[in-house]
Amino acid sequence: MLAFTIRRLLEAAVVMLTVALLAFVLFRFVGDPINQMVGQDTSIAEREELRQRLGLNDPVLVQFGRFIWNAARYDFGISYQVKRPVTSLIAERFPATFELALTAALFAVLLGIPMGVYTGIHRDSWLSKLFLSVSLVGISLPTFLIGILLIYVFAVQLGVLPSFGRGEVVRIGGWTTGLLTASGLKALILPAITLGLFQMTLVTRLVRSQMLEVLRTDYIKFARARGLSDRAVNFGHALKNTLIPVITIIGLQLGAIIAFAIITETVFQWPGMGLMFIQAVQNADIPVMSAYLLLVAFLFVLINLIVDLLYVWIDPRVRIYGREA
Amino acid sequence: MSSEEQGLPALEVPPSTRAAPRGLPARFFDSDLWYSFRSSRLVVLAGIVTLLMVGAALLAPLIAPHDPYDLRALNLMDSDLPPAWVQGGDPRFLLGTDDQGRDILSTILYGTRSSIAISVLAVLLAIGIGVSLGLVAGYFGGIADTIIMRIADVKLTFPAILVALLINGIAQTLFRGRLGGAEFWILVLSIGLSFWVQYARTVRGMTLVEKNKEYVQAARLIGMSRTAIMFKHVLPNVLSPVLVIGTINLALAIITEATLSFLGVGLPPTEPSLGTMIQIGNKYLFSGSWWMVAFPGVTLAVLVLAVNLLGDWLRDALNPKLR
Amino acid sequence: MMAEPPVLSVRNLRVEFPTRRGTLLAVDDISFDIAAGEVLGIVGESGAGKSLTGSAIIGLLEPPGRVAGGEIRLGGRRIDNLSREAMRPIRGKRIGMVFQDPLTSLNPLYRVGDQIIETIRTHLPLGEREARARAIELLTEVGIQGAERRIDAYPHEFSGGMRQRVVLALALCAEPELIIADEPTTALDVSIQAQIIQLLKRLCRERGTAVMLITHDMGVIAETANRVAVMYAGRIVEIGPVREVIQSAHHPYTRGLMGSIPSLEGTSDRLTQIPGSMPRLTAIPKGCAFNPRCPLAFDRCRVERPDLMAVDHSLAACWLVAREGAEAPR
Repeated sequence: MLAFTIRRLLEAAVVMLTVALLAFVLFRFVGDPINQMVGQDTSIAEREELRQRLGLNDPVLVQFGRFIWNAARYDFGISYQVKRPVTSLIAERFPATFELALTAALFAVLLGIPMGVYTGIHRDSWLSKLFLSVSLVGISLPTFLIGILLIYVFAVQLGVLPSFGRGEVVRIGGWTTGLLTASGLKALILPAITLGLFQMTLVTRLVRSQMLEVLRTDYIKFARARGLSDRAVNFGHALKNTLIPVITIIGLQLGAIIAFAIITETVFQWPGMGLMFIQAVQNADIPVMSAYLLLVAFLFVLINLIVDLLYVWIDPRVRIYGREA
Repeated sequence: MSSEEQGLPALEVPPSTRAAPRGLPARFFDSDLWYSFRSSRLVVLAGIVTLLMVGAALLAPLIAPHDPYDLRALNLMDSDLPPAWVQGGDPRFLLGTDDQGRDILSTILYGTRSSIAISVLAVLLAIGIGVSLGLVAGYFGGIADTIIMRIADVKLTFPAILVALLINGIAQTLFRGRLGGAEFWILVLSIGLSFWVQYARTVRGMTLVEKNKEYVQAARLIGMSRTAIMFKHVLPNVLSPVLVIGTINLALAIITEATLSFLGVGLPPTEPSLGTMIQIGNKYLFSGSWWMVAFPGVTLAVLVLAVNLLGDWLRDALNPKLR
Repeated sequence: MMAEPPVLSVRNLRVEFPTRRGTLLAVDDISFDIAAGEVLGIVGESGAGKSLTGSAIIGLLEPPGRVAGGEIRLGGRRIDNLSREAMRPIRGKRIGMVFQDPLTSLNPLYRVGDQIIETIRTHLPLGEREARARAIELLTEVGIQGAERRIDAYPHEFSGGMRQRVVLALALCAEPELIIADEPTTALDVSIQAQIIQLLKRLCRERGTAVMLITHDMGVIAETANRVAVMYAGRIVEIGPVREVIQSAHHPYTRGLMGSIPSLEGTSDRLTQIPGSMPRLTAIPKGCAFNPRCPLAFDRCRVERPDLMAVDHSLAACWLVAREGAEAPR
């Protein structure tokens, strides 16, 4: 168990280092950082002086080491675009994205799992067919289109929900939350549905196919042959076996939600990290891009690690032998 | 559980398909694949819709009533017209016009053409990269395998859309201001590079299985080179899952292209794709010009839905072990 | 005086599978009885319809398969027309089932004890503590050492043979009148097979449980069964006392099967003596389904399908029986 945890930590470290290398290459070699920082009228001598001061003349390995050291201390440099430390930009933006992603994930899981279970058990009922048709449409509609559709219906036509921004936010320490005001909650509804809908359809389809697979297994047949009630078979025996692989995928999808937030935040002008990132891409603001990259990778690796440890907790086979590759 | 174990006699190969070898078309029309295609009206419909849309896109220069790329032909007087059947509409513009006075119908035809071209090329690129890397990793193993699969792991850390955005961002930075016309290929590259991992993993897994089978061992014994074995024997076996993933990925590529364009890093407004059209239309949604979003939006949704349906059907019909 | 009804009575059972190339008759008009304490072996090749017969009896045919005709009676009462809800208390309580593969029959995520206790409490009015005591008792009875400890182990912590013992304990935990054992030893090592068969025999004899033993292994049948039914392409072609069927089979197919009893050395090379293979259900030959493979087939066999005919203490569906009268061909 300890060995397993250590191995997973090492693997996570390797992934993070690789991403850091990528981010560093991006940061250092894509476009000249000096050109981005200074105006047209800066002299060559001044540029050289700045270059020296920033350590851009040091050996690449030293620079990489410094980059990692800085990143580990949560320092990603200055944004080319707004000339402020990237970390303070992220600190401002993170709560908005976090609250949006969490709400969307809850929406996706709390609706997706029951729908998946239902469609898995009642394969031929009309409600299942309805759920599946909706999920197919949900998977085929691009996120931004769903957002626009929701805005058109609920903001333009009905005028009941806001179409952009976070509404009123409350500041608690360094965190701003929209969850405590009526307007903040109202503003959260459409973006959260937009972001969560695609994930929900994924969860539904995944749970369904997993459920169908489990229901075909011998131990489910044997459970039926022992006369256990449908409830005990479906929810006691089948559900637990279904959810184990589903947990992994949902974990992976949490990372995806943060990235997909880019689109939702653009549609709803939601002041989160995604909007910051897309503006950085449009303006070639490399420090912001590489910081965002590292942050997303870090969250993803962290979530994966948690999922793997959860696995060990749930599945007795893994608990004893360690997870197979 | 196979039907054999369940005590059912083997039904998979009905006697009629075991008859003497016939021509390929005849075999195709008697195959289970064709049967499952015909047996679902929805899938047939999806096939027809896909064909129609691809056809219309290919023939866009011939059938479009206007040329949306010809800036001189645009007249700002014609801008923001509703569809022809709505009051204030103009019979020259069946689905209305956009803010520049471009005919929506023509722009949709051209836009679909760009969207499909980019997506198909991107998926082909992804298949090319993924299949080669998967074959190499699976067949040669060792250090090549380790490196390729580590890269794949890192790539999996980021969702496709993020990778595409990053590559796009890098390209924009490198070619700052000098992009003229390269957007198309940057899109192909960024979408293609964000999709290859799934192929590499699938192909690698199947290659590992295939390479230990007797026929491959036999080919080796008679002195075939490793490369020849890989292409003549292993490759054909991995084609059907690649086809399935490819179809499903095509839908995803169409969505990704539209999303990138919507986010403003795709095709420029002068050569609109469906995503760009929706982005433009979105700005006018509050002023009530719904048609600028609605028609390209519906086109995009229908196209993706049809391709998805075909992909689902292919997956179920060929039923390789895919997740 | 009325005779006690048999534990299980199957009459003219038909099981159909609608497929895209027409409806297949997977089980075609079969009838048999099993008395209390009796072991009836059902033998045949894969696809002969043995397992489907078992699934039909316990009401667990997988759609689109369905019972298309006939009657199934348990203790004299019809059960084939019961609703899903009415059938459930019968499964596990009155009919126990043992499947082929002990590795996959148990839910890997639950302790074996929990699975047994759950089943006991579904069928018997026992509290958690009493059910647990009973579970330990059962595990001990099926030969699991240190049952008090092992009850809290997970399935993967048991070997294959041990798991099949757990499965037997599960099948027996509500004292059913009938056990359907579907290839209970096929997935096990040869050395373990005999132990499990002996165990099954002993447990059922002690309890007077009727057993329907489905297998393709004539060796297992010879050792265990009182009577045997031979199935071919969905029909019973011969049924009778095990000694008579083994020593002087009336149907040429049965005689072919006898050649497949493994010798002491073990490796069973099935059906070496019958050329060809069983027909697909989509292409059952006219006349007797076995005629293309039968060394003794004559004209009538190719045209007219034989029904079961009484001969000695058995029934056999073969025109040879009719031609040679009561005297079986040697």
